[in-house]
Amino acid sequence: MQKRDSAPPFWRMQGISKRYGGVVALDDVDFECERGHIHAVIGENGAGKSTLIKIISGVVQPSAGRMFLEGREVAFPSPLDATRRGIVCVFQELSLLPDLSVEDNICIADSSGRWGFIDPRARRRRARRLLERVGCGDVHPMERVKDLPLSRRQMVEIAKALGREPKLLVLDEATSALTAADVEKVYRILERLRDEGLAIVYISHRMHEIKQLADRCSVFRNGRHIETFDRDVKTDEQVVELMIGREYKHVFPPKPHRDAPPAPLLEIEGLSWGEHLHDISLSVGRGEIVGLGGLDGQGQRELLLALFGVLRGVTGTIKIEGRPVAIRSPRGAKSESRGIALIPEDRKTAGLMLPMSVRDNISMASVGKMTRGLFVDRAKENDGIREMVTKLSIKIDDLNEPVATLSGGNQQKVVVAKWLMTNARIVLLNDPTRGIDVGTKQEMYKLLRELADAGTSILFYSTDYDELIGCCDQVVILYGGRIVRRLRGDDINEHNIIASSLNLPQNARGDQEIERP
Amino acid sequence: MKALRLWTIHNYGLLLAAGVFVFMFALYIANLEAGLNVRVVTTAANKAVLLALVAMAQTLPVLTGGLDLSVGMIFVLTNCIASAIVIGTPLEVGVGAVGVLGAGALAGFVNGLIIVYGRLQPIIVTLATGAVYYGLALLIRPIPGGDVDEGLAEFMTDTVFDLVPTSLAVLLAVVVLIWLPFRLSVLGRACYAVGSAEGAAYMSGVQIARTKLAVYTLAGLLAGIAGLMLTFVTFSGEASAPIGGTYTLNSIAAVVIGGTSLYGGVGSAVGSVLGAFILRTIDDLLFVFDLPPLWQPLFQGVVLLLAVSLGAAQVLRIRNRLDLFQ
Repeated sequence: MQKRDSAPPFWRMQGISKRYGGVVALDDVDFECERGHIHAVIGENGAGKSTLIKIISGVVQPSAGRMFLEGREVAFPSPLDATRRGIVCVFQELSLLPDLSVEDNICIADSSGRWGFIDPRARRRRARRLLERVGCGDVHPMERVKDLPLSRRQMVEIAKALGREPKLLVLDEATSALTAADVEKVYRILERLRDEGLAIVYISHRMHEIKQLADRCSVFRNGRHIETFDRDVKTDEQVVELMIGREYKHVFPPKPHRDAPPAPLLEIEGLSWGEHLHDISLSVGRGEIVGLGGLDGQGQRELLLALFGVLRGVTGTIKIEGRPVAIRSPRGAKSESRGIALIPEDRKTAGLMLPMSVRDNISMASVGKMTRGLFVDRAKENDGIREMVTKLSIKIDDLNEPVATLSGGNQQKVVVAKWLMTNARIVLLNDPTRGIDVGTKQEMYKLLRELADAGTSILFYSTDYDELIGCCDQVVILYGGRIVRRLRGDDINEHNIIASSLNLPQNARGDQEIERP
Repeated sequence: MKALRLWTIHNYGLLLAAGVFVFMFALYIANLEAGLNVRVVTTAANKAVLLALVAMAQTLPVLTGGLDLSVGMIFVLTNCIASAIVIGTPLEVGVGAVGVLGAGALAGFVNGLIIVYGRLQPIIVTLATGAVYYGLALLIRPIPGGDVDEGLAEFMTDTVFDLVPTSLAVLLAVVVLIWLPFRLSVLGRACYAVGSAEGAAYMSGVQIARTKLAVYTLAGLLAGIAGLMLTFVTFSGEASAPIGGTYTLNSIAAVVIGGTSLYGGVGSAVGSVLGAFILRTIDDLLFVFDLPPLWQPLFQGVVLLLAVSLGAAQVLRIRNRLDLFQ
């Protein structure tokens, strides 16, 4: 870990700044990393991490500053230039081509073959070899990427990056879409690559990942590089304080104490949908936050979509306030008599109309209620929107700005605002804090609890165990489309959640040590 | 085995178009008194190959997620140029033919330049350049006329060894010498990549500007080949707006019938050739069933709707309504 003073650092950025119009995304940042190290970069959303890696990978150009690779100054006008110098990025927003096959994707930027032609056999061999290297030998190279589940796609993305023989590998939230088993595989691969002498820059929001993986860690805040330190030098609390720049306390609001479960508002009986959901029975009390846990892809998303009327051919009974209801579309779900809202996981496609203004997005779901005759009542609309912006402390200058210009956390707040405007009684959340910084997460938890205290029922799917433990009054664990465990009160702990997520026999609990993935 | 299954799934549209065409053509032949012979096929081929070539030209921009409204006009423009310069000594004829193809490629290249460096939408750019190309065609041939080397023209519309229609051989040559190499090249893959997700393609280091330029140039070249063939069929040049417009719209129809997605990234020029054949066979079917030829547009419309519906039939099986919008 000692820096050899004689050799220049493998990768060095000096005085890098980036301005978008009047907004400063990066402010005079120095950053270095060495071969044979995994270097974590952490910070809240808007801290400048994304801009940093966009500059490293040639997606955007710095407004000022210089970059050096192995002591020589470099500039990357496009991602291709960075790739040619051995700098490869695995992006959080997948850079795969959905309509093309896995092998086409893996070999997309190869210039192998003669005279610009592709050698199909060599390509197939190469794709298979790389897939096996990331432990995805079961994926057929001819499979179309859009037919693969999200976690497999992410692994293909990593295989693709490895295929370019990187010297500096940048991973942006590379594990956020992965299942626990795949995360382990990725860790092994990264550790091996490090030992082979690669420089790895790793961006993540997950603290335990950083602790497990990183040799060195750099904290960014408000576009500035705050501090770099070696592993195990600082405690979690110290790191989080560096990230948010204020004292770290009480991430989760306190849960109310109840002697008996509250009266049910939403009841689900024997709900099934094809191969994805089997005989789900669940009751969500008024003012209760119920968490859906388990490994990724065990039917949690489908359950929320079924309740929101998106799925066809759902069987079973759904009761709201004891009355059976048939929900056939999102429009039906949000209607006055039902009052269901869904905060989707992918805010960019299902949650927001990115080019439209913040105003239009917030009032999108409720504008039907704010009319005078045929027309939208602007005054009423404005009042409602202002109330939401204040309540959720959405940071904007102007309501007419397109949503696309906001940071990820603020975008997610807009999605929440949109559904709060409908006065929903039942709020379904699909992994709402993915890719959101600690500060916004805290506000989100507080908001959820406030909503619940005001009598809203919340059904909450999260891939983050800490969140389930900290937020929920009740947690049900799904496995293979069935509820395998219901946890309440003190039973909601990491051990129980992990054990039942993996569908381990319940009587074995306590007898065996279960490693956290 | 899995590879074959996946290939079938991915080429569903193409296979469907092939099946429909074989069925329609068999129906036509079965109801034709003369039955299947080289004459019948040659006549059918000469009519179909022109649209097939224009449809191939249209396929390339569509695969990148664009649309080329000027292919029909390039087709007409090169027809007019060919009627002026493909005549004289064998050398002059040869140079003239190359000149015609070059003109087509140049027209496509100009489209590409404006689209790539002007950062404008292909549909508007080609609507405008299409009008310009038609204007140029009118300047060259204010009234229909001109001439073309007769020997060559007759050969091109006849048969090779009394066995295969020459026009069909030309089409096959275009597929084998232009489309297949393109499909197997890095450039071809880049074309699909751009149509599938342009942002992701850029992030993957695909050279987007170069790809689009090449695609529109190639489209112009293919439209130029079609224009040259048109001259051999009609022995003259005509700056006809209806021909240009009809071929443009029919080329889009043929592309869709052939299983290429208008969203880009999925499809093939071979499918478009089959799509063109299907559209042309409709005329022949009307003829053998003694239906008035005035019904042709109506039937074309119905077939197009059916083709689109078959392509969309899988929507009925979708059980997650969100998938409808992806």
